[in-house]
Amino acid sequence: MATAPRKTVSTGGAVVEHLIVVVLLALLASTAVAVIRLTNLFAVVMLFGIYSLLSASVFLVMNAGDVAFTEAAVGAGIATVLMLSTMALCAPREMPSRRNKPLRLLLVALTGAVLVWGTMDLPGFGDPSAPANQHVAPRYIQESPREIGIPNMVSSILASYRGFDTFGEVTVIFTAGLGVLMLLAGRRRKKGGEES
Amino acid sequence: MTRQPVLHVTAKFLIPLIMLFALYVQFHGEYSPGGGFQAGVIFGAGLILYGLVFGVEQAQRVLPLGVLRVLAALGVLLYGGVGMVSLLAGQEFLDYGALSADPVAGQHLGILLVELGVGITVTAVMVIIFYVFAGREKT
Repeated sequence: MATAPRKTVSTGGAVVEHLIVVVLLALLASTAVAVIRLTNLFAVVMLFGIYSLLSASVFLVMNAGDVAFTEAAVGAGIATVLMLSTMALCAPREMPSRRNKPLRLLLVALTGAVLVWGTMDLPGFGDPSAPANQHVAPRYIQESPREIGIPNMVSSILASYRGFDTFGEVTVIFTAGLGVLMLLAGRRRKKGGEES
Repeated sequence: MTRQPVLHVTAKFLIPLIMLFALYVQFHGEYSPGGGFQAGVIFGAGLILYGLVFGVEQAQRVLPLGVLRVLAALGVLLYGGVGMVSLLAGQEFLDYGALSADPVAGQHLGILLVELGVGITVTAVMVIIFYVFAGREKT
């Protein structure tokens, strides 16, 4: 688990960055093990929050500030609150299950091995010759200062070049809210309707 | 939910800062990391913190569920509306160049409006989900 993304280490800063990523990933792995081993659901929810915060730190080290924002706010903040309010409705401890443990372990180990095997074919982190960086990315990088003219290229890609995709994403979020309202807010819906 | 003064004072101090930061992420998204989705979840988190500390009923007095439902739809409509305006101006759907005489200025305006739509919908949906989850009673 504790392997940093493959990347060329050339300067002292890169070595430190490498080290930080290794430490963060090791902490992530140990948090995951603790989540599996604990049966106290309150502690598990708290550890999930810590897991999200650590992931956010990894994204930040990888210069993905936007993703780190989202992970910290949604994963560590809002999701933790939602899990806690769900916990208020159920038992505080996980039921121990003794059925077929070796088979489960085998299945998980096998899936993990396949996933690790899959990463062997991935291009290196930030590799400019990777297929993903060869398709439309060069055009965006060269043309967006002239066509869109805003410094944050991520914004110009998400909102303008890929505006249709983002429209779809907003619709998905809207639909999620609608679904939660329709499924869970039966009693409250009437109250909300009178207020509006 | 609680009557603890430390929590109340800290939350009252933090919530405006969280919301200010969300607005910065929203409207400075063209220059620094961020955008509508990030701003929406941060603003939503600020409102959820208010609900956690002062109670869901108090939060619903500040921002009723009915208002949030309208806001959630409004954000999507704003996004789609910008697309329709560019369609009516003779360009393709969501081609913001049509929004202004200068295509680059049109792109700026379009991105600003579209990101605002994303931010409004995301904030509203996050708080709606919190209200509904926190308002459920054990059956």
